[in-house]
Amino acid sequence: MSRNSRRNAVNNIMLALCGVCAFLTVSTLFLILAYLVYNGAKSLNPSFFTQLPVGEGQTGGGIANAIVGSAEVVLLATLIGLPVGFMAGVYLAEFGGKTIPFIVRYTADLLNGIPSIVIGIFAWTVVVVPMHHFSAIAGALALSVMLVPITARSTEQFLLEVPRPLREGALALGANKWKTIATVIVPAARKGIMTGMILGVARISGETAPLLFTSLSNQYWSGISEPTASLPVTIYNYATSAYEDWHQLAWAAGLVLLVLVLLANIAARMVISRGASVPR
Amino acid sequence: MATPTALPRSSTAVRRRFGADEVAYGLTLIFAFLIIAVTVLLVWELWVHSALSREKFGLGFIISTAWDPVAEKYGALPFIYGTLITSFLALLISVPLGVGAAIYLSELAPQRLSNTLTFLVELLAAVPSVIYGLIAIFTLVPLMRSYVEPGIQAIAGDLPVFQGHIFGYGYLTAGVILAVMTFPYIISVSREALLAVPREQREAALALGATKWESTYQAVLPFARLGIIGSIFLALARALGETMAVTMVIGNSNAIQASLFAPGQTIAAVIANEFSEATGNTYLAALVELGLVLFVLTMVINAMAQLMIIVTTKKGSAKG
Repeated sequence: MSRNSRRNAVNNIMLALCGVCAFLTVSTLFLILAYLVYNGAKSLNPSFFTQLPVGEGQTGGGIANAIVGSAEVVLLATLIGLPVGFMAGVYLAEFGGKTIPFIVRYTADLLNGIPSIVIGIFAWTVVVVPMHHFSAIAGALALSVMLVPITARSTEQFLLEVPRPLREGALALGANKWKTIATVIVPAARKGIMTGMILGVARISGETAPLLFTSLSNQYWSGISEPTASLPVTIYNYATSAYEDWHQLAWAAGLVLLVLVLLANIAARMVISRGASVPR
Repeated sequence: MATPTALPRSSTAVRRRFGADEVAYGLTLIFAFLIIAVTVLLVWELWVHSALSREKFGLGFIISTAWDPVAEKYGALPFIYGTLITSFLALLISVPLGVGAAIYLSELAPQRLSNTLTFLVELLAAVPSVIYGLIAIFTLVPLMRSYVEPGIQAIAGDLPVFQGHIFGYGYLTAGVILAVMTFPYIISVSREALLAVPREQREAALALGATKWESTYQAVLPFARLGIIGSIFLALARALGETMAVTMVIGNSNAIQASLFAPGQTIAAVIANEFSEATGNTYLAALVELGLVLFVLTMVINAMAQLMIIVTTKKGSAKG
């Protein structure tokens, strides 16, 4: 009997510990959110969104150029990355034979697993070195290289989930393959594909490492072939600076970035009921 | 039976359609090949731009501890050490917590609660790493400096890994923040592996009189073993390549130090810190070579992770 009661005790303790693990891990998300809101909200004011940064040690100012710069770099990366990723995804799901899709799929997963800082080095070698200066273009290229494999794999995944009878119906009606894909299969999978795309764009929006030595940063407004400020790099620079005022700006910028990224994630994953995974 | 007169018209129609399919096929194939081309180009560029450093230092680059831009001597060992030790510390914390949470989510929690909690945990993976760094600088670093590290030193200060001056910035702090960042990978992949275990495994153990924990520990966990190990490798690959959060809390010291409280440097962190200000071709080449080392390291770990996840969940391909 005592052996059984010991077994029961072990059972209860271990199961309770598992619950504690789940509680601890989930609660970190809320701690992060609460702490950012607590510290960031008090610095959010109109000038934060409309003013340029002020010099070291001065008070006030905003990060308008970083917000616009981020939008610029991400938009440019999206324009390159989404079409390429989408087309590659269509190839993988619809036209695949055996060997080539396997290689493409494997390479895409490999590319997806490369640390983002290494992708930054790549963009530096192909854009910054020939141009001899940092630019938003280089940053956008780095981010698009990250976006392509994410989009390709998620597009493929959702195209493959389109029911077989739908394809067969279209083909049986005499439509050829590309027409079936363009008018039946892609529209049927569009929610999933959109979800994958939004998650991908949200992911690259928060990337800092690939921008550190590609788009660099800027105190002022800038064109796309000049060094450009972005939200993540600004957060990094301000958080590691020595000025209390800049720390405040970093908190506010962090709050803005996190809210945008989380909203995009939640919105995208609510679109399809069964909840897609966050791109890894 | 086809009449000869009808043949020409229908065969041109067939040929035209065939042509459109070929064009679509070719077009998508080009984009698919673009992925391969970019990856090959990436490796090529890393190789070419690290040539100066590779030729000058050879394999000694990996085992040398020198990092001296003035004397133009570069070695990667302190950074490789920092990368491995922070990732190891991260796993030491995140594996028990993550696997425990995965067990709760797959075996104990009701379906709806499990899905909601998994969704929330996966949101952790969406939080940009610079935000982890921002929060770590202002909360975790003071916490480690004032409470955790002195506490550990008071209990186990005799061990060399817990000695020395406490800065708050250092290997251990970086390990803790990395642990939080690897939770989502371990939890969601382990949970999937556990959910893929056949119901009969649990029922057979329970029918033999096992408690819920005994059934989980002896019948379910071994079955999902490879998937869980796969999730750990996946987390490891992420931890090795993680840049911003680590850069912000590791303290940026280029020496190898025994104490886990000491400031250090990882491969990704030294690249992030020094690349944009590096002057001199050898200096840049050495930093690019560090990138190459990191690339190879994560590639090997990722390949092992995917292999194990494929074997257990049998989905045909890992969710990269």
